[in-house]
Amino acid sequence: MSPTHFERAAEATPPMLAKKIRGLSDRAIAWIFVAPTIFLLLAINIFPLIWTIRLSFTNFRVNRPNAEVQFVGLDNYRRILSDSDIWLTMQTTAHFLIWTILLQVLIGFSLAYLINKKFRGNDLWTTIIVFPMMLSPAVVGNFWTFLYQPQIGLFNYVVGFLTHTDPSSFSMIGDVNLAPWAIVIVDTWMWTPFVMLICLAGLRSIPGSIYEAAECDRASKWRQFWTITLPMVLPFLMLAVLFRGIENFKMFDLVVQLTGGGPGSITELTSINLKREAFEKWRTGYSSAYAVILFVTVFGLASIYVKALNKVKER
Amino acid sequence: MKKKLFNSAAAIGLLFGISAFGATGAQAADLTLCWAAWDPANALVELSKDFEAKSGNKMKFEFVPWPNFADRMLNELNSGGKLCDLLIGDSQWIGGAAENKQYVKLNDFFDKNGISMKDFIPATVTGYAEWPKNTPNYWALPAFGDVVGWTYRKDWFAKPELQAEFKKKYNRDLAVPKSLDELKDIATFFQGRDIDGKKVYGAAIYTERGSEGITMGAMNALYNFGFQYDNPAKPYELEGFVNSEGAVKGLEFYKSLYDCCTPPGASDWYMSQNIDAYKSGQVAMQMNFAFIWPGVNADANVGGDKSGYFPMPAGPGGHFAQLGGQGISVVANSAHQEEALAYIKWFAQKDVQSKWWTLGGYSALSSVVNDPSFATSQPYAQTFLDSMAIVKDFWAEPSYASLMQATQKRFHDYVVAGKGTAKEAMDGLVADWTKVFKDEGKM
Amino acid sequence: MSSYSITEPSKRQKWVAGSLVIFYAVVTLMPLLWIIATGFKSPSDAIAYPPKVVFQPTLEGYVNLFTTRTRATPEMLVQAGEPKTWYDRIVRQYDMVIAGPSRYGERFLNSVIIGFGSTFFAIVLGTAAAYAFSRFRVPLKDDLLFFILSTRMMPPIAVAIPIFLMFRQLGLNDTHAGMILLYTAINLSLSIWLIHGFINEIPIEYEEAALLDGYTRFQAFYKVVLPQATTGIASTAIFCLIFAWNEYALAALLTSGTAQTAPPFIPTIIGTGGQDWPAVAAGATIFLLPVMIFTILLRKHLLRGITFGAVRK
Repeated sequence: MSPTHFERAAEATPPMLAKKIRGLSDRAIAWIFVAPTIFLLLAINIFPLIWTIRLSFTNFRVNRPNAEVQFVGLDNYRRILSDSDIWLTMQTTAHFLIWTILLQVLIGFSLAYLINKKFRGNDLWTTIIVFPMMLSPAVVGNFWTFLYQPQIGLFNYVVGFLTHTDPSSFSMIGDVNLAPWAIVIVDTWMWTPFVMLICLAGLRSIPGSIYEAAECDRASKWRQFWTITLPMVLPFLMLAVLFRGIENFKMFDLVVQLTGGGPGSITELTSINLKREAFEKWRTGYSSAYAVILFVTVFGLASIYVKALNKVKER
Repeated sequence: MKKKLFNSAAAIGLLFGISAFGATGAQAADLTLCWAAWDPANALVELSKDFEAKSGNKMKFEFVPWPNFADRMLNELNSGGKLCDLLIGDSQWIGGAAENKQYVKLNDFFDKNGISMKDFIPATVTGYAEWPKNTPNYWALPAFGDVVGWTYRKDWFAKPELQAEFKKKYNRDLAVPKSLDELKDIATFFQGRDIDGKKVYGAAIYTERGSEGITMGAMNALYNFGFQYDNPAKPYELEGFVNSEGAVKGLEFYKSLYDCCTPPGASDWYMSQNIDAYKSGQVAMQMNFAFIWPGVNADANVGGDKSGYFPMPAGPGGHFAQLGGQGISVVANSAHQEEALAYIKWFAQKDVQSKWWTLGGYSALSSVVNDPSFATSQPYAQTFLDSMAIVKDFWAEPSYASLMQATQKRFHDYVVAGKGTAKEAMDGLVADWTKVFKDEGKM
Repeated sequence: MSSYSITEPSKRQKWVAGSLVIFYAVVTLMPLLWIIATGFKSPSDAIAYPPKVVFQPTLEGYVNLFTTRTRATPEMLVQAGEPKTWYDRIVRQYDMVIAGPSRYGERFLNSVIIGFGSTFFAIVLGTAAAYAFSRFRVPLKDDLLFFILSTRMMPPIAVAIPIFLMFRQLGLNDTHAGMILLYTAINLSLSIWLIHGFINEIPIEYEEAALLDGYTRFQAFYKVVLPQATTGIASTAIFCLIFAWNEYALAALLTSGTAQTAPPFIPTIIGTGGQDWPAVAAGATIFLLPVMIFTILLRKHLLRGITFGAVRK
């Protein structure tokens, strides 16, 4: 096989020069490879972010193209932070966040623990359990309104059958006391498999030799669980909580289709509230400030959490 | 490296290729008409075939269901989209669309083509076409007359044993209610009753939270107990009119109706849920816009003689019904304004309007509805005429969406979620609306 | 092979664990099966009260999904003559005629175009950037990598406000190009993070050997690195596709008639009056199918994909 012209060129160039060309081309390639990404990020992430921040100091409204845009300073921020309705949506979001995470961690971890017993066919059943989380949340939310219908819905019927109550005696979406749980149930149904998968990875990462050593030390199963299993799965669990936390903080599609924020404003999460301000009332400046506040909140909480996560990992 | 550059060039080319594909997709159809996705829209598709045949223009339709309709279409207008050439937009949007020049003003076109607004039902002209209200500035042609009314199970009302029981209990016949109190009696009477081996409920009413549902429902009660949008003598003066004693009573009445007589889970119901409940035999009566009547009449289970229709009953403070319905407008952003105007010209003709009515579209043309044969042409025709005579509409201000959102929240919080009192809700509404009007510089 | 291992669960434990997991799987599968079953019910069976488990299957939902129908007057019915096809017959039972195709086909096609288009660009750009991050010294690499995640952390509604304004200026609202651009940018984070991990696993020695053989850097990249990363890139592509496929909020706000994808469309399918549950279910079923197939194919990579490469199995 005759050498390619690259190879001939390589042979012909003195070593020093060859190194130089390669070095240069490395850098050039690095730039060419990264530049489109950076360009896209500038265009779709950074530029809009700067624009949002700028708008957040104005009273601009998209549906009033003829009105004069005024600079209002920190007015929007002041209005948002002193608005009791917005604090209420934050509370609603917190309730949703805490309960979904709690339930998903409990159920997800238990499932992973059981699956890790490696019974026959566990792979197949794991795949089946995972289905709900691969679906489109909007479609899921929409369909659950059907399952939750008091007379004709499957959910009410099954619960009624199991508890010997009239299925139409309660309404998951319509009742003020039940609606916050209705959204928690659907989110848990959909996302428990996610936590389960991560926990499963954690459990499988524990070398069997540790248990064998513990067994030799005659540590009880209970003790083994608390001193080996849980601490070693903890970083994985915390990761799952981080991902679920971020996802549910921005939750919109599932809940907006399921309850639309109702009844009243009982399930109005922050995202739904923001959507109403930005795309129904068209208070663009105001909702830009709102978006900035949310952005800072997510980033702040996530960074603190990641620091904690890293500490746990180091232990 | 050259190859890489070539690749990215190709990639960019592909990107624009796709966008070009999108653009040609839109061009293939001459005119796009946007409306809500409901029965009348399907009838319009059928009706428009005549226009396609006569003009050679192809019609394309974009129908959006009611709960998303305002959202999607106002988004479309505000984003400067070119999707719709013709828009059958909701009556309350007219202020914003006119002031922001999102609709084409139609006065000159009407004059040139001999279309006179005097030929249409006056309430629809005011409601669907004018901005500012009660001035001869037209931004739409009344396209579909609609109003909130009631549908009831005639066959249930006619059952002798129920007739007797009702008479014993209320000392009057079980018949179409003449007042809101009578309506509530009937609803209470049916609530939880066993009919044909099924548990049934009193009434399906509007309780939807997301768009405009509960407002469109509760306002009927408010109007008829004495609510007014503002001081008739001094525009935008709300205090004492919006939160008058009558208004508070009206809202309390609506809540009592929700609490006593609706099916379980009827907490987020609008047009389609009410229809479902009614057609599946869950309720004795349903509140709904008149557009559903042709569908009910033709239904296999509850149609024909099994159903009857009546207008919104009066209350102690007046007799009104919430106006629905829409006018058809030309979108200012459209690239096909000429063709779009030609469509309106075609649509305004008498024989097209007559056919519109036979297909299930409520024509707003006076000569169609005043025709002697009209009232008996369908079992619901007379009820439609009676209802159109008592209509009242929500704010059509440019800030309509903010006013509506505030109302939705106050009403739903009180009626469905049971938060606070009716007085607090109405006082809160005055505060919300005042804030909106202040921001607008109207106060 | 030892006959007894202290870490291996006993038979009884396995049996209990297995039956508990299977019980959960069956319960969790019920809503899904209900969706699929509802697609084959007639509208009156779908809203029957109490719910029907046994029913006469029909394709009505699928017919309603793909057609728009209109109520016909008796004259029109006579004029139309006898129904010619099986779907005509289904529609005619309700005195209706088919007025034309519905928009579902277009919306599904939009999902395909936008989904695959954005996935293609996210993978091409992502692979290049991931390679550069993995093999070269890029200034501010860690900050960049973290920042790339930001669009995924923001609530989509907050992202949508400036994008809406920007697209309005550029005329990109409701276009395929706009949505592809946006989803590409959002998916880039996932593709860079995942592919970065896959490339890191390929020993750098292979490339060094190739470079010593006189390959240029670019040749080494696509002749040595790319073939080894194919599986990883392929599974990344599917994750990008699934995101774009299922995305709702941005699609609902930024598209309407031309470029709208299926997720905002499916919940808005209504029939004669009420929501047409069989048609919604049929639309949902068709839409879910590809994702369910991918899930089965992807079992092995699932974990890595959904955790941005943070967890490997």
